[in-house]
Amino acid sequence: MDLSSINPLLLLASLMVASTPILLAALGELVVERAGVLNLGVEGMMITGAACGIIFSTLTGNAWLGFAGAALGGLMLSFLFAVLTQVLLSNQVATGLALTLFGLGLSALLGQSFADARPPAFPKLDIPILSDLPVLGPVLFRHDGMVYIGLLLVVAVWYFLSRTRAGLVLRAVGENHEAAHALGYRVVLIRFGAIMFGGACAGLGGAYISLVRVPQWTEGMTAGAGWIALAIVVFAGWKPLRLLLGAYLFGGVTVLQLNLQAAGLAIPVEYLSMSPYVATILVLVILAAGRAPGSLGKTFHASR
Amino acid sequence: MITLERRPQPSRAWSYLSPLLAVIVTMIVGGLVFAALGKPPVEAIRTIFWDPLFGDFASYFRPQLLVKAAPLILIAIGLSFGFRAGIWNIGAEGQYIMGALFGAGLALAFYPSEARWLVFPLMIVAGTLGGLIWAMIPGLLRVYFRTNEILVSLMLVYVADFLLDAMALGLLRNPDGMGFPGSRNLQQYPAAHNAELIANTGMHWGVIAAFFAVVAAYILLSRHIFGFNVRLAGQSPRAAAFAGVSADKMVLICLGLSGALAGMAGMFEVAGPSGQVLASFNVGYGFTAIIVAFLGRLHPVGILLAGFLMALTYIGGELAQMNLQLPRSAIQLFQGMLLFFLLAVDVMTNFRIRFGRQKVA
Repeated sequence: MDLSSINPLLLLASLMVASTPILLAALGELVVERAGVLNLGVEGMMITGAACGIIFSTLTGNAWLGFAGAALGGLMLSFLFAVLTQVLLSNQVATGLALTLFGLGLSALLGQSFADARPPAFPKLDIPILSDLPVLGPVLFRHDGMVYIGLLLVVAVWYFLSRTRAGLVLRAVGENHEAAHALGYRVVLIRFGAIMFGGACAGLGGAYISLVRVPQWTEGMTAGAGWIALAIVVFAGWKPLRLLLGAYLFGGVTVLQLNLQAAGLAIPVEYLSMSPYVATILVLVILAAGRAPGSLGKTFHASR
Repeated sequence: MITLERRPQPSRAWSYLSPLLAVIVTMIVGGLVFAALGKPPVEAIRTIFWDPLFGDFASYFRPQLLVKAAPLILIAIGLSFGFRAGIWNIGAEGQYIMGALFGAGLALAFYPSEARWLVFPLMIVAGTLGGLIWAMIPGLLRVYFRTNEILVSLMLVYVADFLLDAMALGLLRNPDGMGFPGSRNLQQYPAAHNAELIANTGMHWGVIAAFFAVVAAYILLSRHIFGFNVRLAGQSPRAAAFAGVSADKMVLICLGLSGALAGMAGMFEVAGPSGQVLASFNVGYGFTAIIVAFLGRLHPVGILLAGFLMALTYIGGELAQMNLQLPRSAIQLFQGMLLFFLLAVDVMTNFRIRFGRQKVA
């Protein structure tokens, strides 16, 4: 084994890249859950986003359009979830599972003719001055645009939830939908919006895997990233800024085990590959979660 | 103006009708999807649902029905208890793998024993135990650390999957296999082989276990205090707590039961139809069983029927893959769609549709 082959700066830089898909998906789910809806279909929406991203970017030759298509794909899938859970009042846990199973099949079907497609290169930003800084430059400032969009979204969601009136209404709907309804807020409408935002974010996260991290299409390529995103929302105690910490923690474990594999650690690859999942479980156990939104996962029906 | 009005009591008629309606709607929409793929829709649907049972080569496919349905039913019966009580074990796939690994591991530890009376029963115990242990992890973590059992059980699927890879390449690899991955073939190891009991029927010990599980679950749910407590815990957790039903105990029992049955299913599969510990051993029965459980309305008899229907889509799907070059993922999509439509149609069980504006009382 040659541990000296692991460059800590490169490790930190790839950590930001590795955590971006989960960060995006988890951020969307955080908003959904703050609105009181538990969407377990993140994995399905992510993988559909990954497939849509490949399709749109190869057809148009533009990676940004690929991301837009992925967001649209995730959004449409989440719309199905919204109709089922908000209009037809189905069980959210079961519907979320159905969404994941459906998304896995749908993405496999959509992506099968794009198995050999190579998505267009997604350029890394070269920010003048900043990216030339020693140490900080390569770690923080030489990534592609989506990494920064992810970070900006975290700040935007934090600002929205804690500093705006609309965010307060959304949280009210999540804490107590009966009370919010009594105050005249459109519970179902607000939840539709939140669910679709979550779907678009999950789609973006999935596309980041298929367009930047891998970059190509393989069936089931998200490999549980959506479920880890769900776990990180719990870990973060439903707070956007803590979400960043959770995503980086997970990204760190992923990158580290990949580097250890490459360095030829004397542990079989399979056991190293398990580590992100085991780490997620450990994190869930060790860190007592914050308080979940009061109406999380409950069905709302305005009876009169 | 269309509004939904809650029924005073869930409609019995709709609770029987909605799975049927969901199947029909799925067939129609599925047919449209197949047509969009450029395949003849009616022929595709017939290939999936009719030909395996009554087509030209039905005698070859019919035994497969039992082989494929048994693990689905066995796992779904276990899951149904938890789902009724609001305990979501969605990691049955992992428990299924662990059952197979424990069962096969025990058999291979005894190799080349000829004492079938000893090895085979021990394998069943080991397989059951393997699934049970794997399901107890989310159970105990939920009881002692309040972690979410959905996420933990699902994470453990990936862990089990990698463990399976590691075992197929490492500890359980066939020493006489000339370096190929995979364990010894248990089909060629008489003491451990879960063989067909009656030739050309597909009937093996796992099928018997599945039927037994259906009967036991029916009695447990309708005649035993445990079944009552499960239903109570699901419908009103507060009432259950006042009635002295320990929520923690319920979590452990429901997860343990589903894990044990999933593990048993995995052991029967690895010792029989599959034969080998291989990386490609699991084909998603643990996830499809979730669909089976819901499609069967969490009722043992319903699950029995739903299990056969889903087994049919597996077999018919393979047939359609061969005859019509229908992609495998189309079948996966089809199965996902079925659960979707079921959940959508289910609204009619608890609500009725009112047309026109309601008068203000």
